[in-house]
Amino acid sequence: MKHYITVILLVALLTVLVGTGLSNMTLMPQLASIQGTFIDQLFHKHIWAISFLFSLIVGFMLYSIVVFRRREDDEYGDHFEGNTPLEIVWTILPLATVLYFAYLGAIALAETRRADPNAYNVTAVGQQWSWRFDYTDYGFSSDELRLPANRQTLILTKSLDVIHSFWIPEFRVKQDALPGEGMERELRLTPTKTGTFKVRCAELCGTRHAYMLADVIVMEPDAFDQWVQEKLQGPGGSAEERGAEWYQQFGCVACHTTDGSPLVGPSWKGLYGEEVTLADGSVVVADEAYLRESILDPQAKIVQGFENVVMPPIGQSMTPEQIDDVIAFIKSLGTGE
Amino acid sequence: MSETKRVNIFSLSLVRGIVFQVIGMLVGMGVVTLVRLLMGLPAWKAEPAWVFGAILSVLFFLIGAGVFSDWYKMAFGEPVSDHHDPDPSLPTWARYLNISYDHKVIGIQYGVTSILVVGIAGTFAMIFRTELAQAGLQFVDLDFFNTLIGLHGIVMIAGILLGVGAMSNYLVPLLIGASDMAFPRLNAFAYWINVPAALLVVSSLFLGGFDTGWTGYPPLSARAPLGMQMFFWGVYFIGFSSILGSLNIIVTTIRLRAPGMNYWRMPIFVWAAVATALIGLTATQLIGLSFQMVSFQRLFGMGFFDPDKGGNVILFQHLFWFYSHPAVYVFILPGLGIISELLPVFARKPLFGYKWIAMSSLGIALVGFFVWAHHMFTSGMEEYLRVPFMYSTMLVAVPTGVKFFSWVGTMWRGRMSFETPMLFTLGAISIFLLGGLSGPPNATVATDLYLHDTYWIVGHFHATMFGGFVFPFVAAIYYWFPKITGKMYSEKLGKLHFWLMLLAFYVQSLGQMRAGLLGMRRRIADYDPALGVQPTHLWITIAGFTIFIAMVIFVFNLVQSIRKGEPAQANPWGSRSPEFQLPSPIPAHNYADHPFVVVGEPYDYGLEDAPYLTFETGQTAAAD
Ligand code: HEC
Ligand SMILES: [Cu+2]
Ligand SMILES: [Cu+2]
Repeated sequence: MKHYITVILLVALLTVLVGTGLSNMTLMPQLASIQGTFIDQLFHKHIWAISFLFSLIVGFMLYSIVVFRRREDDEYGDHFEGNTPLEIVWTILPLATVLYFAYLGAIALAETRRADPNAYNVTAVGQQWSWRFDYTDYGFSSDELRLPANRQTLILTKSLDVIHSFWIPEFRVKQDALPGEGMERELRLTPTKTGTFKVRCAELCGTRHAYMLADVIVMEPDAFDQWVQEKLQGPGGSAEERGAEWYQQFGCVACHTTDGSPLVGPSWKGLYGEEVTLADGSVVVADEAYLRESILDPQAKIVQGFENVVMPPIGQSMTPEQIDDVIAFIKSLGTGE
Repeated sequence: MSETKRVNIFSLSLVRGIVFQVIGMLVGMGVVTLVRLLMGLPAWKAEPAWVFGAILSVLFFLIGAGVFSDWYKMAFGEPVSDHHDPDPSLPTWARYLNISYDHKVIGIQYGVTSILVVGIAGTFAMIFRTELAQAGLQFVDLDFFNTLIGLHGIVMIAGILLGVGAMSNYLVPLLIGASDMAFPRLNAFAYWINVPAALLVVSSLFLGGFDTGWTGYPPLSARAPLGMQMFFWGVYFIGFSSILGSLNIIVTTIRLRAPGMNYWRMPIFVWAAVATALIGLTATQLIGLSFQMVSFQRLFGMGFFDPDKGGNVILFQHLFWFYSHPAVYVFILPGLGIISELLPVFARKPLFGYKWIAMSSLGIALVGFFVWAHHMFTSGMEEYLRVPFMYSTMLVAVPTGVKFFSWVGTMWRGRMSFETPMLFTLGAISIFLLGGLSGPPNATVATDLYLHDTYWIVGHFHATMFGGFVFPFVAAIYYWFPKITGKMYSEKLGKLHFWLMLLAFYVQSLGQMRAGLLGMRRRIADYDPALGVQPTHLWITIAGFTIFIAMVIFVFNLVQSIRKGEPAQANPWGSRSPEFQLPSPIPAHNYADHPFVVVGEPYDYGLEDAPYLTFETGQTAAAD
């Protein structure tokens, strides 16, 4: 009996120490969405369950190690081979506990998916290695995700090439972006704090996965509306200036540089009019037709030395005017001889 | 054992196998080139040539090594030797590089290969841990980093499977009183196929690598460099080893138990080995299939997972995890069996709840088949599937809990002593506890939406692997070392190994979990210091290197003790198990000259007049 009392006190003490220790640590980044609150609450319950169970087993172990150690060489332990009622108890109790936690998990999951009929829509398009956000309610796109605070956004994720995963740590929830017809998936976000965060691609998607980030800017509703108005007017200026904007927005920047240094794809500096050697050894001149084809159907002609990376078919989600602008932008980067 | 006899290296199966493997590779490439020429295509195309070459190279290795020789002779009715060993005049080391049908030799072959392969995988980890010690890119480029993490994962898995093979092959026949496995030649086949397969996997490093991680998800894997194919086919053939090895363990256990050893009187490890084998026998096909499908998609344009051809990328994940989840129980169940096996010996007390522990192994194996989609909560599979898979996953905690509680029951009121094997057993329990308890937050879907694909998961599974495999495997090696070699290892170095590894492991694993909670993603070469994870990463790297050093000390201890160790007693731990009643090292045919009958319970430590076995020579075998 004395053994049991001491060990129970030990377990209780350990539980309180570990549990309060963990609860008072900053474990996660600041919470900035409604959906995340349910996740944090559930995680907090897990922390206490973990603290208790860890202390229970470790407490008994430590006690046994100290008190039931062998002192003389020919000693034996007490002889008992098991205890069926006890085994049944420690089958049933954990069963009840895990079922309860699964139930909590289901509730929290449902909360993260609770739909607001007034939610507005953004399609998050992943491609190697950038994100684009199509504001389908308004008909424009952006390379940064701007959201109004305290209003639900229904994010549809999709991908143009491989699997990516849409995740903003401060918002907690994540959803993979899949390639293929009809493979859009839903994620609901209601930001609660204004500020700047980042989308961080959470599914290994090839070479530059580590850098597949996009800015998230949560704004007051007024400021957001103003931004929408600006976007609706579209980028002003000359074709080259608009082209430079599309270069950012459609993620060309992830693979093509404008200063001559090669990245994952060939640089655009001096590309226009240059003779390009293709993978099969033939040579073509980079005229407008070639550039347009390279954008609309990237697999048609592959540049030598770049066979290992597949350029996504982004051109298909661009308007002909946008493509013209990009070509103008490429022209403005100098011509080859 | 004439150490001076010169060995012709071409008499060694290993060397012949490798030479043949290279020839097979060339032949395969030649055939593809020839066929293409005949079809009027450009002669050389790298991918089909290498893939066909790789497949043939494995076959050629096995032929060259002589794995098929006996079967070939049998087919023509020629006599084959009943003798298990190659030429007995060979020096000992050379016997291990040759085909042997002795399960003990095969067990050691598995074990040594395992340590070697784990060492290679660990070296990969040291390279990328050095990179991760600081934010920014310092030492490796992005593609090499991606290849390294993938190889670290898959080579470790190969190493673990080999370690599992080592334990079950060496121990199961000994523990049940058999003189060998049921199918000794199949046993050799199952071991040797690992060698060419592992070489294929590692060769991917030189063929462009692969940037998908060990999970090889398409479409990324469908467009990765050629190294991807070597990875696929290497894993495919390693799978053969699991399937055939498992078959052998099950048949051996059913057919070859000593008289009187009913199932409830088997040493508990055998239950774990059988539960493991049931998984290995029935699930492994799925990973082979999933990799084969991606390989064929690349080679022949079959659009299984290609959305443009009506394929579906989620399908792959189902097939892949249908094996790869149960596989984690292949990795840990034998280790948990070792814990249950060693605790009573060092606590000098019966195993608490033998039948419950035995059944919990089967329970884990069974439930393990119904939880695979918990790896896919954020994957975009049908949403309604998430909740049922959450419930089934949480159920795994129940049989696992039974094990923990029963272990505590075994320690309670025992008389524990703390030699190195026991230290590793206790360390295993505490680390597996950490791994187990960090599981439920991943299982309750909502929290997994945050945790999935972060370093938290990395911490979680490293804890389960270290607690469920590494620590118990090391414990087993120390424990049976005197039996295997007839020598005693150095207790001092063993304890040093233990303390270094235990502390370093806690730092590493808790560090990984912390970094993950702070927002650190998995599988990235460079991270954002703004997350505040930089100091944690430095700690993880230091801890990683400490573990590596501890393992070097371990290997040094083993090698040194084989050469200069004190001669060991026959039964240094006072075990009741049959193999400890044999002389050390164990004679070639195990119990052939020491037949016994099982007359009692395996773990009745401290009970008067309750022997487990009686040997026909009259020797009874209880502890002391
Ligand atoms: C994932 C990386 C990636 C992204 C993103 C990407 N490209 Fe490419 N691009 C490539 C690669 C690799 C090549 C060379 C191989 C080929 O021809 O397909 C290429 C080739 C081209 C070429 C031909 C260049 C030459 O030197 O002949 C053009 C034009 C081009 N891309 C335009 C674009 C535009 C416009 C965008 C954005 C809308 C874009 N690319 C986005 C990777 C990318
Ligand atoms: Cu990514
Ligand atoms: Cu799993």
